[in-house]
Amino acid sequence: MTFTPETEQKLQAIWSRYPAGRKRSAVIPMLMYAQDETGQVTQEMIAEVAKRCEVTPLQVEEVVGYYSMLNKQKMGKHHVQVCTNIACLLMGGEELWHHTTKRLGIGHKQVTADGLISLEEVECAGACSWAPCVVDGYEYHHHMTIEKLDQLLDSIENKVQ
Amino acid sequence: MFNEPHPDEVRIITKRFGLPNSASIDTYLAHEGYVAFMKAAEMTPEAIIEELKVSSLRGRGGAGFPTGLKWSFIPRDNPKPKYVVVNADESEPGTCKDRLLIENDPHQLIEGCLIAARTIGCKLGYIYIRGEYRYLIDIMDKALAEAYAHGYLGKNIKGTGIDFDLYTHSGAGAYECGEESALLESLEGKRGVPRIRPPFPAVSGLYASPTVLNNVETFCSVPAILRMGGQAYADLGTPKNGGTRMLCVSGHVNRPGVYEIPLGFSMQKMIYDVCGGIRGGKKLKAVIPGGSSSPVLKADECDFPMDYDNYARMKTMAGSGGMMVMDEDTDIVKVALRTMRFYAHESCGWCIPCREGTTWLRKILTRMDEGTGRRADIDLIHELAKNMLGRTFCPLGDAAAMPTIGFVEKFREEFEARLRETVVPVTSPDQLIAIG
Repeated sequence: MTFTPETEQKLQAIWSRYPAGRKRSAVIPMLMYAQDETGQVTQEMIAEVAKRCEVTPLQVEEVVGYYSMLNKQKMGKHHVQVCTNIACLLMGGEELWHHTTKRLGIGHKQVTADGLISLEEVECAGACSWAPCVVDGYEYHHHMTIEKLDQLLDSIENKVQ
Repeated sequence: MFNEPHPDEVRIITKRFGLPNSASIDTYLAHEGYVAFMKAAEMTPEAIIEELKVSSLRGRGGAGFPTGLKWSFIPRDNPKPKYVVVNADESEPGTCKDRLLIENDPHQLIEGCLIAARTIGCKLGYIYIRGEYRYLIDIMDKALAEAYAHGYLGKNIKGTGIDFDLYTHSGAGAYECGEESALLESLEGKRGVPRIRPPFPAVSGLYASPTVLNNVETFCSVPAILRMGGQAYADLGTPKNGGTRMLCVSGHVNRPGVYEIPLGFSMQKMIYDVCGGIRGGKKLKAVIPGGSSSPVLKADECDFPMDYDNYARMKTMAGSGGMMVMDEDTDIVKVALRTMRFYAHESCGWCIPCREGTTWLRKILTRMDEGTGRRADIDLIHELAKNMLGRTFCPLGDAAAMPTIGFVEKFREEFEARLRETVVPVTSPDQLIAIG
């Protein structure tokens, strides 16, 4: 499996951080960066990471099954994550979540028909003092309101046209 | 993003926050950066550990274990390589402090790791950062590259003869990996399930080798301790509870934010002075004082000096410093349910009392919340939670049970009121399952 030069460079840098014989440590970070390129974890990717990290594909597979950020299902170009954990719940996170599902017409871990946006109700994202928070990919949006969320979704939808 | 500082704060580890380019090595070096490491290089490991013991620094990640004691457990005659591991998997609901420490002052963390490496004689370390914090991994990678370029990492650091390499490591979304032994499993490329202890990580940690594993804030406090001296640091707090800590206040206060306060600071003052009181002139109902794992406090219990021992006296815990404030309109049953939904989602499934306990508690709390609960459910919740305590490899089982017991014991009347409310018609298959 081949990656873009940037991803390839990143994967090699990650690989080199661990002592000889301990390359299994690179499995999770490598999957994270490889997934960023393809939008999902594929069988081909699992085989590739297994080869590079000197483990069996099954050992990679069991890791993919465990971590919530590794997805075998293709996610949208924008993965919108709404936090509804306690601190966000207190500040209206649930209302944001319901609004988003209604507006996009999709639910938890589902993708819009055009493949643009996927949605996830996430556990504490670590923005409690600036709640409620919505994360687009890796980008944090604090002090969210329904208006600000609509603006964010508008800008995502308009960027594509 | 960082809130305005408050005059009651004592800014030791956040003192560089707000400086221009506070994350750069130039700013760090201009403000006492790497001074403590150079000092540590001249000191014996015993002297460094003694200084930490005098400072009475306790772990800032949740358990509050004395740091000096933890470091002293590393067997220095062990021929295996030794490791330093930073726990930056900040995911305890209510906690958002490590994020600021890395974002605003990454070199302080590097210096803390360097001092740990010098103390235990270690050449390699990792900073385990939760996968969601990708932008922090980028900031940290940049800071690490700067430290290498300036000779503060790598071979023969600044002529001291000390070699040390430090790298970031990305997690991939798992609360359980914030628990030390699960974190080590994850760092080894496996599922994040806990290990049985003993042996503790100090003896058998990463790659079955002696490992110092601490929270970001703990490492960040170490340079300040060596600079100002253990005693001066200890004097900022209360006996056996030295120094300052970061408190992340969220919920219904006028000025939520992350504040650095000395240990023993009054909770009343924290809520009403520093955070400006309850928003909208409402009354205080309850506080979850140290992350979602800590048992809730009722309004009349929220007046005590906040140090580890006093939290324990109040039958709760200092935890990770995530303080969630709830006003009189807060629905406690909903909060209890959301807490349990979190633990049921994050339980790794390794220990049955936790895996089954959290799932059943979630189901029962769901029907309570929807108004289809039964009278016996209240005692069932209490009993189920009590049966989880102390029966798991790692503290996640306890972390789920303790707050639930707290909610039921302290706000029983709210659960009972929910029973009297109208029964809603069943609309979803989930509900049918919940009703059982």
